[in-house]
Amino acid sequence: MLRIDRSILDAIVAHARRDHPDEACGVIAGPAGSDTPTRHIPMENAARSMTFYEFDSMQQLRVWREMDDRGEEPVVIYHSHTATEAYPSRTDIALAGEPSAHYLLVSTRDPEVEEIRSFRIVDGVVTEEPVQVVDATVDPHAVQTYMFGQNPTTVDYECSSR
Amino acid sequence: MAIEVRIPTILRSYTGGEKVVQGSGDTVRDLLTDLDTRYSGLRARLITEDGALHRFVNVYVNDEDVRFLGALDAKLTDGDTVTILPAVAGGAR
Repeated sequence: MLRIDRSILDAIVAHARRDHPDEACGVIAGPAGSDTPTRHIPMENAARSMTFYEFDSMQQLRVWREMDDRGEEPVVIYHSHTATEAYPSRTDIALAGEPSAHYLLVSTRDPEVEEIRSFRIVDGVVTEEPVQVVDATVDPHAVQTYMFGQNPTTVDYECSSR
Repeated sequence: MAIEVRIPTILRSYTGGEKVVQGSGDTVRDLLTDLDTRYSGLRARLITEDGALHRFVNVYVNDEDVRFLGALDAKLTDGDTVTILPAVAGGAR
């Protein structure tokens, strides 16, 4: 399962919307071994394409070094698909090089719908995982109503059936 | 001549889990040949059958991408650090 703060997820979606119709990409770093994404680093899509993304190699070196120096690792690697579903393409699978990262995909095909899904991609095998969005800004003591599957501070997205 | 080589997570299965290994060579090509004698299979993950650097692997000498330094012919000197990173790429295509 990927557990991620609402504010970070909002920043990822905003980045994807901003770069639409090109694909957007980036990293959420977190303390090594914590599996907790804490620091959003939007990356430049060096391919500047509607159907492809690639980190700029020099920016990647700087960011990876910085993570190393801070005792962090890439907990989440995200990118957007701008006309298709948020599911890893063959290219995504073939090129996935971080077996311990959560691969988060955002689809911006519908401007009204926030479509996000998370996957592990290891040795060519894709495994979807649920996403739990934690809303740190909600006061848990406030009186409010909420739907089944949610509580005042978290929202669970189950895996889509596929 | 000692070159420090930083190995990414995905290739540490070749280095017995080591994050940093030592190697030698006058060029990146020689270095990879040297590393392959101890970490068999590593070279094939970085170089294509045609003998070129794999498109989606980034190799850096100190702070420079080797693609700007002559790729596999990039010169090395004692004390250089070589960093290998898998390119982060993909997309709907």
